[in-house]
Amino acid sequence: MIKTATISQTTSCYHCGDICETVLHFDNQSFCCMGCRSVYQLLSQNNLCSYYDIEKTPGITQRNPVLSSAYTYLDDEKVASQLLNYKDDKIAKVIFFVPNMHCSSCIWLLEHLYKLNPNISNAKVQFMKKELHLSYNSQNTSLREIVTLLSNIGYEPAINLNSLEKQVKKDDNKKLTYQIGVAGFCFGNIMLISFPEYFGLDSFTQSAFSKLFGYINLILSIPVFLFSAQDYFISAWRGIRKKFISIEVPLALGIFIMFARSSYEVISGHGIGWFDTHAGLVFFLLIGKWFQQKTFDTLSFERDYKSYFPVAVGVVNDNNEMTVPVTSLAIGDRIIIRNNELIPADAILLKGDANVDFSFVTGESEPVAKVLGEIIYAGGRQKGATIELEVCKKVSQSYLTQLWNNDAFAKDRQSQIESFQQLVSRYFTIALLMIAFGSAIYWLFVNPVLALNAFTAVLIIACPCALALSSPFALGTAMRILGRNKFYIKAPNVVEQLAHMDTLVFDKTGTLTQATASNISFHGNDLSFEQKQLVASVVAQSIHPLSQKIKSHLQINRSLLIDSFEEVTGKGMMAEVDGHQVKIGSRHWVLEIKTKEEKLNHLATQVYISIDHEVIGYFELQQAYRVGLAKVLNSLRKTYHEYLLSGDNDKEKKELMKFFSQENHLHFNQSPSNKLDFIVSLQKHNSKVIMLGDGLNDAGALKAANIGISVTENTAYFSPASDVIMDASMFEKLPSFLQFSKNTLKVIHASFMISLIYNIIGLSLAVQGTLSPLFAAILMPLSSITVIAFTTITTTLLAKKRGLK
Amino acid sequence: MSIMIILIGISLLLAIGFLTAFIWSVKSGQLDDDYTPSVRILFDDFEKKEEQKMDAISSTEIK
Repeated sequence: MIKTATISQTTSCYHCGDICETVLHFDNQSFCCMGCRSVYQLLSQNNLCSYYDIEKTPGITQRNPVLSSAYTYLDDEKVASQLLNYKDDKIAKVIFFVPNMHCSSCIWLLEHLYKLNPNISNAKVQFMKKELHLSYNSQNTSLREIVTLLSNIGYEPAINLNSLEKQVKKDDNKKLTYQIGVAGFCFGNIMLISFPEYFGLDSFTQSAFSKLFGYINLILSIPVFLFSAQDYFISAWRGIRKKFISIEVPLALGIFIMFARSSYEVISGHGIGWFDTHAGLVFFLLIGKWFQQKTFDTLSFERDYKSYFPVAVGVVNDNNEMTVPVTSLAIGDRIIIRNNELIPADAILLKGDANVDFSFVTGESEPVAKVLGEIIYAGGRQKGATIELEVCKKVSQSYLTQLWNNDAFAKDRQSQIESFQQLVSRYFTIALLMIAFGSAIYWLFVNPVLALNAFTAVLIIACPCALALSSPFALGTAMRILGRNKFYIKAPNVVEQLAHMDTLVFDKTGTLTQATASNISFHGNDLSFEQKQLVASVVAQSIHPLSQKIKSHLQINRSLLIDSFEEVTGKGMMAEVDGHQVKIGSRHWVLEIKTKEEKLNHLATQVYISIDHEVIGYFELQQAYRVGLAKVLNSLRKTYHEYLLSGDNDKEKKELMKFFSQENHLHFNQSPSNKLDFIVSLQKHNSKVIMLGDGLNDAGALKAANIGISVTENTAYFSPASDVIMDASMFEKLPSFLQFSKNTLKVIHASFMISLIYNIIGLSLAVQGTLSPLFAAILMPLSSITVIAFTTITTTLLAKKRGLK
Repeated sequence: MSIMIILIGISLLLAIGFLTAFIWSVKSGQLDDDYTPSVRILFDDFEKKEEQKMDAISSTEIK
């Protein structure tokens, strides 16, 4: 018997790769649960077993299957039409976001969906975006059938309130690609045609060629000037209208002067102009822009509650249950919430045992028991039996969601801190214009012929190409490196802003503590194997997280037959197993103490066990702080003020005092709006605040802070709107990330000095009115390439020094 | 030297041809996803292998 137990421990499921607790066999393969086996059966019937050849154990565990009734709302025409991208009599097209997609087997299976449902005519995966593009015959199959099929094979698409609001497709990226293509094409050809001029070939060919080449260059430069460079003119003009001098102003000025003067020279027959420099400049600038546009497609930094709330909910009306879109829920509606469904609005419990998991809201993963008549706030997830509630507030007015009505969400806080580039370009532009006019005035008195020459030459050579490239390449490289270390940044300028922060505010649950992991220890006499078996069999019956943890702690795989079982919400469970009475639950309930329950030890939860009315001991589950928390907070204390905001009461104060130096920096019993107000009050005292949080209750504070970092265990699923998404496993590296952002800023400063040196060399020639096109054609690309190489190489080296990948 | 003019014309036409090809490839979405196609290209092998296996099984059965 022991032998079979050890074997089953090491058997992993052929489908999902999890360790099997009870092994099911089929086709000589072992499976951990019915769900996994039935997926395998379905796939093998349809000759889709290549799924298991591409990658080993590619499947998604089916131990928590979704009810097939869960998708009834998709039969609703209105809901379906909002989800579909296109529909006519014959064909419908839809794009699903499938968070479970993770390997090449997934791509293969999803693209062979037509073998499972022949009405699907086309299935295409965009893996990086985790998107599945489907076309299907709308007469023979329905959206609901397809979604059910997907969720049956483990690829449940994420359909939420947010996916109903049609997203406007961004085509900016494509336009930039066209612009780079055109600029690159023109740049290359202009360079080629300019070569004869560089080498002075014109002296022994006829000057007719020079003219022809000049005109070809002019024609090739027109698309660069009008199409590729247009965004620089537009944003420079926008800046000027807002009385704001951005880096685009000198750029646009340089590009314009270069084109105008070159055209004049060619048409008047004076020379060949700077068309090569012009096209090269625009090309390099666009490359810099493109380099900066790295986005993390699968991550969404703009999520609000709508991304988590269901599309529809069951409403009871005259004893009939029908599905109603969440947005049209009214006060007084009676809603039905089943196991694992989210409560969409503040509601009063009418019927059933509510056991609500608020981990979405607070980060706390242990369910809270609620009694009849109590208000349950929106965002909780029911665990257990079906409950009935009466809606007492509209979805948008609920306790949690009304946070989004705060001003912090209305305003766009893009330009809170002036970036180094903005600061420099302001002075740079003023200095540049002064030099240009100064040299023009000087030559007007000395040699008027050269005045216009000198004026335009200054603006051409000082065009801050290298300067404009230093920030994009340094920040873009930093963003890539941080992304590789699971510290995902929304936009490049956030890297720079990170370097200016001086205050850190932490949420407690889920941020400083681990959401799921906890240490379990048993107190009492050691359990015999039979006793372990009894306990394991009982806890296996319950979906309560504590039961699950005890079950995985015991590691007993063979369940005994249960004769009777009863679970009392919020107390524990009673069962008769193998002729023994087993009682597992809270201290007062198991020990049958009548006095009012009070928690003794704040950090630990105790689960008592009695067998045949004899208490044999208790399991203690200790909530765990993140690995290296003390080290992280200690090393950051030198440079940052540290605060703690917790939604819980202050029972953990003592433990937390070990990590935080000042007592008045710890704040407890903070509601979501308290947290937001606290951040705002810090900012009023000129603090630049980083907020680290995880739950929706931190959403306001994350948004209000100068930089919001949301800490998450699983980046594909849950994180509130923020500037940075950090994988919780990287918490230890937080000091390195912050230090690295400061280093990156230094790299920008240094590269700015380099580009300034190039500018001074160029300017010293330009003010004399002697600037040959060949010299400009060498200087400009040389300075750009130096700056690009310098920023990318130093940033990468600094990251290595900080121990970042 | 007038041959130069023709040659330059031809080289420009060729280059414009490449530019058009590039614009077409962007427009048709070839640059939208730079990961999935690299995986997809390997799938045919698996399917063929399976078919061969099936063929082999059926041919041995006939024998």
